[in-house]
Amino acid sequence: MSEPPLHRDTDLVLSVEDVSKSFDGFKAISDLTFYLGEGELRTIIGPNGAGKSTFMDLITGRTRPDTGSLKLHLPDGHDVDLTKFPEYRINRLGLARKFQTPSVYTEHSVHDNLLLSLPRARSLFSTVFYRQSTADREAIEEALETVRLQDHRDEIAGNLSHGQKQWLEIGMLLAQKPSVLLVDEPAAGMSDDETHRTGELLISLAGRHSLIVIEHDMTFVRQIARDGKVTVLHQGSVLCEGHFDEVQNNAKVREVYLGRGKAA
Amino acid sequence: MNFSKDRIEWIIVALVSLVVLVLLPALNLLSPGSALHVSTFQLGVWGKYLCFAVLAMSLNLLWGYTGLLCLGQNLFFALGGYALGMYLMLMIGPDPVYNSPLPDFMDFLGYPELPPHWKPFDSFAFAALAVLWVPGLLAFIFGFLAFRARIKGVYFAILTQALTYAAALLFFRNDFTFGGNNGFTDFKTILGADLREPATLRWLFVASGILTLATYCLISWLLRTKFGKVQQAIRDSENRVRFSGYSTTSFKLFIFTLSAVLAGMAGALYVPQVGIINPSEMVAAKGLDVVVWVAVGGRGSKFGPIIGAIAVNLLKSYTTRHFPESWLIISGGLFVFVVLFMPKGIVGLPGQFRGLKAKWDARRASRTAEATA
Repeated sequence: MSEPPLHRDTDLVLSVEDVSKSFDGFKAISDLTFYLGEGELRTIIGPNGAGKSTFMDLITGRTRPDTGSLKLHLPDGHDVDLTKFPEYRINRLGLARKFQTPSVYTEHSVHDNLLLSLPRARSLFSTVFYRQSTADREAIEEALETVRLQDHRDEIAGNLSHGQKQWLEIGMLLAQKPSVLLVDEPAAGMSDDETHRTGELLISLAGRHSLIVIEHDMTFVRQIARDGKVTVLHQGSVLCEGHFDEVQNNAKVREVYLGRGKAA
Repeated sequence: MNFSKDRIEWIIVALVSLVVLVLLPALNLLSPGSALHVSTFQLGVWGKYLCFAVLAMSLNLLWGYTGLLCLGQNLFFALGGYALGMYLMLMIGPDPVYNSPLPDFMDFLGYPELPPHWKPFDSFAFAALAVLWVPGLLAFIFGFLAFRARIKGVYFAILTQALTYAAALLFFRNDFTFGGNNGFTDFKTILGADLREPATLRWLFVASGILTLATYCLISWLLRTKFGKVQQAIRDSENRVRFSGYSTTSFKLFIFTLSAVLAGMAGALYVPQVGIINPSEMVAAKGLDVVVWVAVGGRGSKFGPIIGAIAVNLLKSYTTRHFPESWLIISGGLFVFVVLFMPKGIVGLPGQFRGLKAKWDARRASRTAEATA
């Protein structure tokens, strides 16, 4: 971290300012500005092609912005320029990401999936000589408990149900002890009951972690947004931001979502 | 009797090692008249198969456990062979026709003296090190460029084949100083020992056995560590690994380089046993052969590549004797058959049969239940 120490005078964890990104002339993100507060649970919605996934790719270093700045504010007061690091380094800084399709290690046991997610011995040669410590064992148990997979510890992850895989991946994220969690469509393909429990889990994480959740399912968004802010993305920039009800009643949002609303 | 899977595995390894490292060489020492005598020729054939087994294990480390299909594993094998071959060429000494200390192809092509890069190869130690670093360095450079550019899957496979093809074209050229399409042959001695002596060949066979065992142990050990878990995780979900704080590029680069070094060592032991190395070892078809061995034996298993390399080569030596024209068709057909019907290869067969039997039993049980109802 080459940046000079800077006193943290904000309660923000993430600042995205004036970011643009084009792919072959198509503007996926244009002049996007976005702030995430410490301990906040922010929900991002938006129609297909609004740039939600590109936005996550930008934060996690998977793609680089053409212009603009992306900064992570660390608890020790440092600011980190996220555009300068490869994905695995950004992850080590405390940004964890859950993918849209469950990405777990299908041939490994649930236990090993979590073991590989612990922030320990991640460089090439340290993995060869890694020995599991008591603290690591406890961290795995804790993660298992949080995502309610204690009874599936030794099961091969590929054999879990779709919902369990989604939960396992959330557990893997938590095992990384991140400060910011980026969660892409966690409820996709889940039953109503599972969706509701996932919502409760995410709500319980807010405060200790800062979260950005991308979601399509409006019932779910209503459940997790509560008093928190919802950001609507449209054509690569923020269309509006506010409480769930405000957003829901916003004329522009309705137009974008409900079929260009001119005739109606 | 309740042996754990690990115990059984180690018992098998110990028994096979005993046969290869002690029994076969001992039987070779018996007088040729004895019924149990193993001929030096037979020993040489099996020494060759052991080198192929190491080559197959090196590909399996890469393809089976990391998900990177390399179609040019034979290139690293050949480079290791060439590196030791250079030493063997320089050990031939003055030949009777040209009466010069240069390798005969150099006399033939009118070289006034040994090219500078050949000179250090009259030291066995230098050549032995080159066996390691030449394939290793090539893999490192190629891997660095490919993995940094996030090239994977079929694109990576095609690029490795292109690399092999390019290398073969280069080695086929006479002015590349490696003997053109004739390559190196007519070796006489290694470390002062006569390569026509049964004793020398016996030791080379034992060395191949030791290399096979050492490679097996190294891979088994790596698989038990967290390194092995990360490796397989990269195969199953590389993005997840990357977003868990691991530099997957470094892991892949290390594994690719290691597998090239293993292949190079196999090639170096292969050359003195078969007595020749030329660019035909580098052609694309040979790279595909290795893939077939691994697939037939069982990709992603510890014994699979060893069994596959030996089984396919036994079949090849039988077929080429009896139906010399049809080997390529049989080999291709075998590959298609294995991919379609034996996804886990020979080592996966018991599991497949158990699955079939369970299904069959269940069907029969439901039928009897229906009949009695």
